[in-house]
Amino acid sequence: MIGALLLIMMLAPALAAAVSLIVRRPRVVEKINLLSSIAVFALAVPLTVWSGRGPYRFLNDYVVLDLLGAWVILCTAVVYLLASIYAVGYMRLLEEDGRLWGFYALFSGFALTILLSAVMNNAGLYWIAIELTTLVSTFLVGFEREPESIEAAWKYIILISAGISLALLGTVLFYWNGSLVLGPSYDMTWDILRGAAPKMNGALAILSFLLVLIGYGTKVGLAPMHAWLPDAHSESPAPISAMLSGALLNGAMLGIVRYLSISDAAQIGIFTRTTLVAFGVISLLVGALFIVRQDGIKRLMAYSSVEHMGVVALGFGFGGPLGIAGALYHMLNHSLNKSLMFFGAGNVMRAFGSKRISDIRGVWTRQPVHGALWLAGAAAITGAPPFGLFLSEIVILRAGFEHGFEWAVYAMLALLIVIFIGFLNHFRGMYFGRETPTAESVADARHFALSGWCVAPMWLALAPLLVFGVWWPTDMWNHFMAVANALASAAP
Amino acid sequence: MLAAHLDPLAASVFSLMAIVSLLLAFVMLGSRWLNNYLYAFAAESWVIAALSASVGFYGNYPELYLIAVLTALFRGLFLPYLVWRIVRRLNVAREIHEILQPSSALVVGALAVMFSLAVAYRVGQSLGLAGTVAVLALTVMLSMKLIGFLMLAVRHEALSQILGLLVLENGIFLGAQVLVPGMPLLIEIVILFDLLIVVACFGVLVRYLVTHVGSTSTLSLRRLVG
Repeated sequence: MIGALLLIMMLAPALAAAVSLIVRRPRVVEKINLLSSIAVFALAVPLTVWSGRGPYRFLNDYVVLDLLGAWVILCTAVVYLLASIYAVGYMRLLEEDGRLWGFYALFSGFALTILLSAVMNNAGLYWIAIELTTLVSTFLVGFEREPESIEAAWKYIILISAGISLALLGTVLFYWNGSLVLGPSYDMTWDILRGAAPKMNGALAILSFLLVLIGYGTKVGLAPMHAWLPDAHSESPAPISAMLSGALLNGAMLGIVRYLSISDAAQIGIFTRTTLVAFGVISLLVGALFIVRQDGIKRLMAYSSVEHMGVVALGFGFGGPLGIAGALYHMLNHSLNKSLMFFGAGNVMRAFGSKRISDIRGVWTRQPVHGALWLAGAAAITGAPPFGLFLSEIVILRAGFEHGFEWAVYAMLALLIVIFIGFLNHFRGMYFGRETPTAESVADARHFALSGWCVAPMWLALAPLLVFGVWWPTDMWNHFMAVANALASAAP
Repeated sequence: MLAAHLDPLAASVFSLMAIVSLLLAFVMLGSRWLNNYLYAFAAESWVIAALSASVGFYGNYPELYLIAVLTALFRGLFLPYLVWRIVRRLNVAREIHEILQPSSALVVGALAVMFSLAVAYRVGQSLGLAGTVAVLALTVMLSMKLIGFLMLAVRHEALSQILGLLVLENGIFLGAQVLVPGMPLLIEIVILFDLLIVVACFGVLVRYLVTHVGSTSTLSLRRLVG
């Protein structure tokens, strides 16, 4: 039953990609992709709920549906759904109808690879799935074929491949370390590795964990390995930016979390956690510095992703039930919120015909409803109450105090305040700032009319954010506690 | 584990091959001409294929023969051929933009090997494997990794960046044969195919770069900063 649902969930985007390749009619492929995303979302919700009775294993243990993976699937499905709705409206504006079939084929393929990476039970297969996400999304990043997008795509594939090869080295060394315990040949599933971990060699385990952390950390966009992220996020079409930020980064974070629980079981001390926490703080710092002095609207959102991945890394680095619950809650809230922000940025960019914040003026008067929606999103993404990110950040802060990372908590607080001021200052400029020539030159009402496809997903993202900000569902809390138990249970 | 109790002949064969491939990595690092670069990469892949075969022979892992054949075919022939075709089409015979002279790059590469040796020695000691071929394999693996990164950093020709990435993976391949010959076959085959896709990807990107930016030097990629 669960297996069948999981299979259908994987088949839906695969089928959508195949049909897009065959049919090639722009209006048809966009609907097919939308249908596939609805199917994925409709299946992801019950799978997440039922994953608690698992973990379910399929195909000789190569595939697993566990609590943690199911949560990443849910986040991915949410972003996939929102981005698919948005893409219908946004991609029509690009006037690239002739190539839309390719876009949608890659788009559903991209969603498929992220979903696959979440259910891979074998460390090697997980690596392959992550590598596949890179291959598919490179073409999406470069889709607009402007020199900038190609530059971004090139940096993306080179930096990620180089980074991810470090993760492969770490994976091989972990296998070697395990083979000292389990004999030369064994299945490298997460559970078996974790079971063997207490007998692993400490020095080698630290070396391999660091390699894996830096490797997958490149993909997560933790500073200082984040160099590809602002380029790729800002140059790809807005729905893809949302997918990269809201879905892909979580998928790579999953690998770090799984390896973290293995290295906990290997009892190599607090060192691994401290490293992850340090990466989190550096990401917040880099995010803060670049957010304050930023002039690209989507680059602003991209650096905010660096910041939020830093917060998630802090949550997992602090650990404990609170840290894990906060980090997982933050993942979902960030997925919703960052989609909202990128959609708004895409709309505004189209309306004003510029990517520069200094050219975007008078959003408030020109797009009152959309502007209010986007502003609410901006308040939410900076961690203001009453939105979900406020709750998750508070929980992560508490976790930090509980586990003796006071220095990181103070740094996080200070940097979050800097980011709050810096980020909203840009919005002040865009909403109430003095007009500039570019803004005036496009002051033609029809540029500012938005299609329903472009605004509806923003409402769909804001509503749950608000709900999650005032009410943390008990079932979700139980889910997080179960994840925390599963991650900790291996550590004796 | 295999590396701990090998007969002396096998140990010296493995060491020889590991060192030859490390030397070939240095040839790549020191060469200014893309063709030499490419030949050295192909030769290195062949050496690694031979290493797989001999590990398969001495360690009695028959599936490694298949991997040897695949490595030789894909990494030794097909990948270099693909890159060579792009080199010919683009008319870029030599590296024009380089931050480090090849001679200084060699010195930095030597430092990288020393660093890798220090790390491998430390790990080997804590595993009780000091003085075995495992330490050598780990050294070569890590230093090829670092040399690959060095190539990525100091070369700006798009094609040499592709080759740099392939060297990164070659290092892992070589180390994996000696350290974990039992790693499931599935994974290694998929890695081979994966690389093929990477090169296909890169081929397209290089074409994009030429048509839109006008050169394949990544130095001209500097619009996106900050």
